[in-house]
Amino acid sequence: MATTERDEAGLIARILAGQKELFHELIRPYEGMVYMTVFSIVRNETDAEDCAQDTMVNAYRHLGKFRGEAKFSTWLATIAVNEGRQKLRKAKRAKEDSLDEPIEGDDQQITPAPLTDWREIPLEALERKELRETLRTAVAELPGIYRQIVTLRDLEELNVAETAAALHINENMVKVRLHRARMMLQKRLAPYLKTTARAKKEFWRRMPWN
Amino acid sequence: MELNCKHVWAYISDYIDDSVPPELREEIERHLEHCEICSAILDSTRNILVLTGDDRTFELPVGYSERLHERLARELADETNAPTTG
Ligand SMILES: [Zn+2]
Repeated sequence: MATTERDEAGLIARILAGQKELFHELIRPYEGMVYMTVFSIVRNETDAEDCAQDTMVNAYRHLGKFRGEAKFSTWLATIAVNEGRQKLRKAKRAKEDSLDEPIEGDDQQITPAPLTDWREIPLEALERKELRETLRTAVAELPGIYRQIVTLRDLEELNVAETAAALHINENMVKVRLHRARMMLQKRLAPYLKTTARAKKEFWRRMPWN
Repeated sequence: MELNCKHVWAYISDYIDDSVPPELREEIERHLEHCEICSAILDSTRNILVLTGDDRTFELPVGYSERLHERLARELADETNAPTTG
């Protein structure tokens, strides 16, 4: 979603000066990011689409307040997170996602899963549709704070500072949660990446996690 | 200091993001050279990230963009909603 060629400051100035139609062009590169961001919070397609639309509408209405200290994309992500959280509060969803709940598992170390004969696994394995579906499910089932981090950092490739700004947490927290989230995904996906699951039993018994 | 596997696991995410200090990075790499377990964990995590970032994994709903721009067109047509500076 990098758009280094675009003069966004110029676009914004023209929109504010009355060329409103340019707003369509301004937001086009970020449609996906906004949708995935709100989806990671509200977790259903209908609400996510509503939230994504509301995010863009709000961004339009408040465009004059965008001062350019942050990147436009980060500003937009921040609005998206706020929209998503508002929606969630209204809907009073499942406990695990409540923003006020203590964070489950935040203090626990996630141990990655060992893989046997990893080197035999061809890259084509990554092309398997089944693996994509499993990954989608695995991300969807992560606790909210981890799902949001993964979405911003690894799906939408915001950097650590941008992710921290959008989620209103510090950069260290982003790194800590991202690590746990990635390890959870590795653990979950490992069985699908193995070729010979039960090999070398003796070998594994000597490993540090046993 | 000799790194053990558990130490290495604690830095996998930062290592992938290239945000570990150079000295530690060297130690991790030295460990990876002889440890197949950690190498496999690192590779598999990397591959999962490649898959996560792939547009085909997380798709947008059909018609999402069209509906979004229709809504925006209605919004833009309404003068009372025009953004103001300040
Ligand atoms: Zn190791």
